[in-house]
Amino acid sequence: MKKHVIPGFGLTLGTTLIYLSLVVLIPLSALCQRTLSGGWEHFWETITAPRVVASYWVSFGISFLAAATNGVFGVIAAWVLVRYRFPGRRILDAMVDLPFALPTAVAGIALTALYAPNDWIGALFQPYGIRIAFTQIGIYIALTFIGLPFVVRTVQPIIEDLSADVEEAAACLGANRWQTFWRVIFPALLPSILTGITLSYGRAVGEFGSVVFIAGNLPFKTEITPLLIISKLEQYDYSGAAALGFVMLVASLLILFVSNGLQAWNNKRRGIA
Amino acid sequence: MAGASTIRLESQRPRKATSDPLAIKMVLTTVTFLFFALFLFLPLVVVFQEAFEKGVGVFLATFRDPFTLHAIGLTLLIAGIAVPMNTAFGLAAAWSVTRYRFPGRSFLITLIDLPLWVSPVIGGLIYVLVFGAQGWLGPWLREHDIRIIFAVPGMVLATLFVTFPFVARGLIPLMQAQGMKEEEAALTLGANGWQIFWRITLPKIKWGLLYGVILCNARAMGEFGAVSVVSGHIRGQTNTMPLHIEILYNEYQVAAAFAVASLLALLALLTLLIKSYAEWRAEQQLKNIP
Repeated sequence: MKKHVIPGFGLTLGTTLIYLSLVVLIPLSALCQRTLSGGWEHFWETITAPRVVASYWVSFGISFLAAATNGVFGVIAAWVLVRYRFPGRRILDAMVDLPFALPTAVAGIALTALYAPNDWIGALFQPYGIRIAFTQIGIYIALTFIGLPFVVRTVQPIIEDLSADVEEAAACLGANRWQTFWRVIFPALLPSILTGITLSYGRAVGEFGSVVFIAGNLPFKTEITPLLIISKLEQYDYSGAAALGFVMLVASLLILFVSNGLQAWNNKRRGIA
Repeated sequence: MAGASTIRLESQRPRKATSDPLAIKMVLTTVTFLFFALFLFLPLVVVFQEAFEKGVGVFLATFRDPFTLHAIGLTLLIAGIAVPMNTAFGLAAAWSVTRYRFPGRSFLITLIDLPLWVSPVIGGLIYVLVFGAQGWLGPWLREHDIRIIFAVPGMVLATLFVTFPFVARGLIPLMQAQGMKEEEAALTLGANGWQIFWRITLPKIKWGLLYGVILCNARAMGEFGAVSVVSGHIRGQTNTMPLHIEILYNEYQVAAAFAVASLLALLALLTLLIKSYAEWRAEQQLKNIP
């Protein structure tokens, strides 16, 4: 008996595996090999150097704040886009994906121009002594921009799928709108909100292009880990760059793992096996 | 007076259990508008405003500069290689994971997704570690006088890596939802694999495919981090549009930097437009399946 009905199993899976190996797996194993060949001591020394540790705080800490911000505003935006009807809704909806489509370098210089001390929004804060561009606030803004689509796009389909019955039942049983939201709607949305936050965190942690322009790149203050990888490469410190790359890779894999788990929970809730 | 009476009628009608009070609607809609204005619309407006800040003359002069023209050409070349390759791969990958069940299938889907979640800088770094002077193949490449890192081949590879998941990701959910009843019917009527692909599957997935290809292209033309690592930044040789923007910006040629950026911003807007249309068509197509 033939196992697969539709022809092409060998061809398509073979192509996929070869291509995946050449473009992704073999180069990534070069990263792991390079990290290991440098020796444990060198590895540990590189990844715990004070300047590197400071960059973890910037990359991983500010990404968290940006993802949390997107968690709040992304849910509001998804709700408004699905439930309300108003002029310009379709344009807003299409614009959500702008951070995907706009090259990061363009976003980087545009945000810098917006928030630099003497320009546009930056000038509004200047009199109060608040600097946005070239500080950690600037990094936070760039990372919020980059992560914006994820929460909206994961929560949107769940709101669309919510059946009216449960909300009507809640109202019939005497719940006010706020109670219905907290006790009925929010629990149904929670898995997708957490998935969206994790995805936007994952994207923000590795982000480079939009951040380098607005960050100012001061060691210990506004230097992100991906930038340190590049400066190590520029000094021909390949094993140092590999060690930092390895740390970033493991972090990304962990984030991906968590988001896959959340997504499975989400699908189970929706009844998709 | 008519206005007053309609307002009264409005307030007398009981609110549906699924709709929010007007005040909440107003507040949430305003918050969304403000959030989008601040993070999405303003950056876009700034790009075009700054591009024309010094007048149309400066804007046009940017595009007469040979280095700018070379950067545009190189960007088109790299996307011209990377997008078709990743489209072919994406089709094969989506076909294999949606048409068959095999052990490790969901792990394979995760691996296909991986480049999206890895920092683009790593996307460049790994090729330096394979092909760079101190990399695995470095000595051999030098002996044979082949340059990959700090040259165009490395930039193509880095672009392949970062744009690798887009087409497959666009197709997998769609092909899963569509099922393969038509394909099986065609098979019983004597069609071979290629006939099934060209005549049955491709028409079914064309809008989803366009969606993936257009996003893949946007990323290929706009990639900065990965390409920056392997490029070497040689003007007129290994400079793509995003890298050229960086050089111009760092040289305080702000208007010129934004002029090049405005071209990429236009590309992004066009991408969003085509993407929305393709998404809408793909949904229509899904609805038509009995």
